[in-house]
Amino acid sequence: MNDVVLSVRDLTTGFPTPAGEIRAVDGVSLDVVRGRVLGLVGESGSGKSVTGFSIMGLVDPPGRITGGRILFEGQDLRGLDERAWRAIRGARIAMVFQDPMMTLNPVFRIGTQMIEAVKAHTRADTRTARARARDALGRVGIPAPDERLDAYPHQLSGGMRQRVAIAIALLHGPQVLIADEPTTALDVTIQGQILAEVQTLCRESGTGLVWITHDLAVVAGLADEVAVMYAGRIVEQGRVDDVLDRPLHPYTRGLIDSVPQPGARKRRLAQIPGRMPSPLELPPGCAFAPRCDRADAACARPPAFSQVRAEHSARCVHPLDDVPA
Amino acid sequence: MNAAPIVELRGVSKRFVRRADLAARLLNLVGAGHRDEIVHAVDDVSFTIARGEVLGLVGESGCGKSTVGRLVADLLRPSAGAVRIKGEDPSRARPGPEGLAVQMIFQDPFSSLNPRKRVRDLVGEAPLAHGMVRRDGLADHVAATLARCGLDPAYAGRFPHQFSGGQRQRIGIARALAVKPEILVCDEAISALDVSIQAQIVNLFMDLRDELGLTYLFISHDLGVVEHVSDRVLVMYLGRIVESAPAEELFAAPQHPYTRALLGEVPRLHRRKLAFAQVKGEIPSPLDPPSGCHFHPRCPHAVARCAAERPVLKQIAPGRLAACHLV
Amino acid sequence: MSVATARDAAAKPEPGTLRRVAREYLRSPGATIALVVLVLVVLAATAAPLLSPQDPYDLRQVDVMDNLQPPGSRSWGGMLFLLGTDGQGRDIYSAILYGLRTSLVVGVLSGVLALAFGTLIGLVAASRGGFADTLIMRLVDLQLSLPPILVALILLVLLGNGTDKIILALVVVQWAFFARTVRGVAMVENARDYMDAARGLKLSPLRLLFSHLLPNCMPVLIVVGTVQVASAISLEATLSFLGLGLPPTEPSLGLLIANGFRYMMSGNWWVSVFPGLALLVTIMAFNVVGDRLRDVLNPRLQP
Repeated sequence: MNDVVLSVRDLTTGFPTPAGEIRAVDGVSLDVVRGRVLGLVGESGSGKSVTGFSIMGLVDPPGRITGGRILFEGQDLRGLDERAWRAIRGARIAMVFQDPMMTLNPVFRIGTQMIEAVKAHTRADTRTARARARDALGRVGIPAPDERLDAYPHQLSGGMRQRVAIAIALLHGPQVLIADEPTTALDVTIQGQILAEVQTLCRESGTGLVWITHDLAVVAGLADEVAVMYAGRIVEQGRVDDVLDRPLHPYTRGLIDSVPQPGARKRRLAQIPGRMPSPLELPPGCAFAPRCDRADAACARPPAFSQVRAEHSARCVHPLDDVPA
Repeated sequence: MNAAPIVELRGVSKRFVRRADLAARLLNLVGAGHRDEIVHAVDDVSFTIARGEVLGLVGESGCGKSTVGRLVADLLRPSAGAVRIKGEDPSRARPGPEGLAVQMIFQDPFSSLNPRKRVRDLVGEAPLAHGMVRRDGLADHVAATLARCGLDPAYAGRFPHQFSGGQRQRIGIARALAVKPEILVCDEAISALDVSIQAQIVNLFMDLRDELGLTYLFISHDLGVVEHVSDRVLVMYLGRIVESAPAEELFAAPQHPYTRALLGEVPRLHRRKLAFAQVKGEIPSPLDPPSGCHFHPRCPHAVARCAAERPVLKQIAPGRLAACHLV
Repeated sequence: MSVATARDAAAKPEPGTLRRVAREYLRSPGATIALVVLVLVVLAATAAPLLSPQDPYDLRQVDVMDNLQPPGSRSWGGMLFLLGTDGQGRDIYSAILYGLRTSLVVGVLSGVLALAFGTLIGLVAASRGGFADTLIMRLVDLQLSLPPILVALILLVLLGNGTDKIILALVVVQWAFFARTVRGVAMVENARDYMDAARGLKLSPLRLLFSHLLPNCMPVLIVVGTVQVASAISLEATLSFLGLGLPPTEPSLGLLIANGFRYMMSGNWWVSVFPGLALLVTIMAFNVVGDRLRDVLNPRLQP
């Protein structure tokens, strides 16, 4: 797999609080591959969004990256100064957020903002920039792009705004696109449209996509690989079919069983007792042990992330490894 | 199955009118064309719920499902048509020692509990006010209700912000149960919760239904959950019911083009590498819905009649209804 | 679902709201100082008779031969005039303490009364909506569009002088601000789900208003009230400066400033400046405390 465009190794991001330093991201490693989709799955508090922000260098002080490397195009992004970051952010690595109004300024027209985005990274005159913006809108499936360029964000629907945000993110053909729950707040049919467009775009342009979500079903439909996060750590990672059909980590199993399946109507859903610990109250060993029915004394030491099957790893000393019959 | 349905809506419509204000009306006198803005949130909807049944209600933004929920819970009065709870007009019902017939569970666990009230007041205020319990029996009633919802009664003295989202939702359910309702309207009651907590609350709903014989109107945009819990499902689009069927049949063989598109778009765990996008176009604004069948601009099978004439919700098979000219 | 699961899922016991607010408030050194100053001011005003060497309004204690003594000088009888004396021989320091008392009483009392009245009106407007709301808000707009000093002046000219009259005038001038603020907050809170839930429980309208809605408007009210008291004190000082409102036997800081003004040009600056400083410090303390309370009580900043 030599088409790795972004490689994160042992990333750790912390936020100092009066009660101590919170490790929102704790030793996360992942690879983003050209043209493929990595799903980053977790519930609230798992650290998935902070991982995305860390890669983009968008962690606000006093929070900061405290360890690890982010390798991109031969350099470690962690060591970059703000000027070097600005050359990369938006052009080589781009991000889309859950709320499109985090990308769009409500008091400027769409066209103005997109032209500004074009000019930020290329020398282009306004006419050329506008043409590029128009093309970008067309590529994300927005009808009548010329009219849309003159519109203000509030004149567009939520789905349209998100599409504009994606268009802006893809303006400069980034190597990596990080999408943080962009369709969570949208209706199902609109989500479907956006997922379709994103799928096509990434396939055509070879952009590596990181799709951050809590929705396993979206990952099932969209992603090639999936990484499951819990309490700041990746607990399982592998190909989508492997992880969803033969999960190794009890938490992944629990998440899958929590989702209603057709054919099991009216039956009690398997539920994981308790809830995810807050970063201030992490148990010393495996973070999931208090909720796990397979936990024992061995789980009091932090388990290492180990490969259990081909291209399928888990952070567990008692993985759900089926013994071949 | 008992004879009379416990919930009945007959030809119910709900319009929200934003009147042109004084300035606009003055301008109208000199020829400006400001109109009152009317949103037909619910447009001539009729259905029944049998006692003990779980009716699922699905649809996307602007379909009116939340409004229907509030009409059933008597938080809104219909602009036209009639809502009947246990055969009576809920606006005439007087709360008394026997409790309230309908209660609603809200979506947002953070804003649906009064932040200034302790849990025991949230749960115990209404039963005391309506004479359902006496003051000396209140603490026991509250404790029993909390325990039934999976909460430790020892925490009754705390404030909502001291609990997690899932626990707050349980408090909301306890608040509803304390007045001994027979019908629960769940308006996206699990949407704001994490997946693993959703499973806990869904199980709680199912347990309560078995223990207390409750009837549910389960409103959600999450089709997977609706399929799991419902006996029957209604599909709404822009204020109208487009399809009604038993849950299994609806999900196995949807008839209405919108239902088909909706189910085609829904990511499910077992559907890998989906090719998305089967529905073109945006959801129209409820302020300016398309003529005739609301779905016709986005429908792959639309014909001329669809733009001209509103389809009637009619029976297409035993127990199945659909509003489409072509089915 | 076992109770044990709920127990281990519950949050750690948290301190009550009051303690949490207090702890958060005290994180800012500036605001803490302001609070201390405010407490000192209130204590000083309350204990005026104990703290002042002279009752400046007891004519037997005041000797006109002591007039216009600079700060630090002594009277014939040996009493120290810490801040000097005024034109009649009154000790400025004592006069400030007594004047503070009057200013605070008038300011706080009028603030509280305006808050009560304005809140009631605002709540009624928010919960009734429709025509009642429109009518009330136009009245509020009318009231707020008139300059407060002008309205107070006219009222005092009509009513005459007296502590109760000035309190009434200040209430008339201030209630509208509370009404508008409360109406805004109440309308937002009224639309929240918990109010719908309370309505769904078929609780009586009075209970909804006072037991459910009002407590959620309190944080805003506390903040606005604190700042309004400062404004009331300032307004009262202005009116007294102009010679209206309080009788000369119960002067407030404003009157002291006014009386001392004529001596400014002849070099006896202390007669006006010290009461002015006292007024400034008091108003600033109220404002800083109110500001900090607003930050601390802001629900969006809560965890």
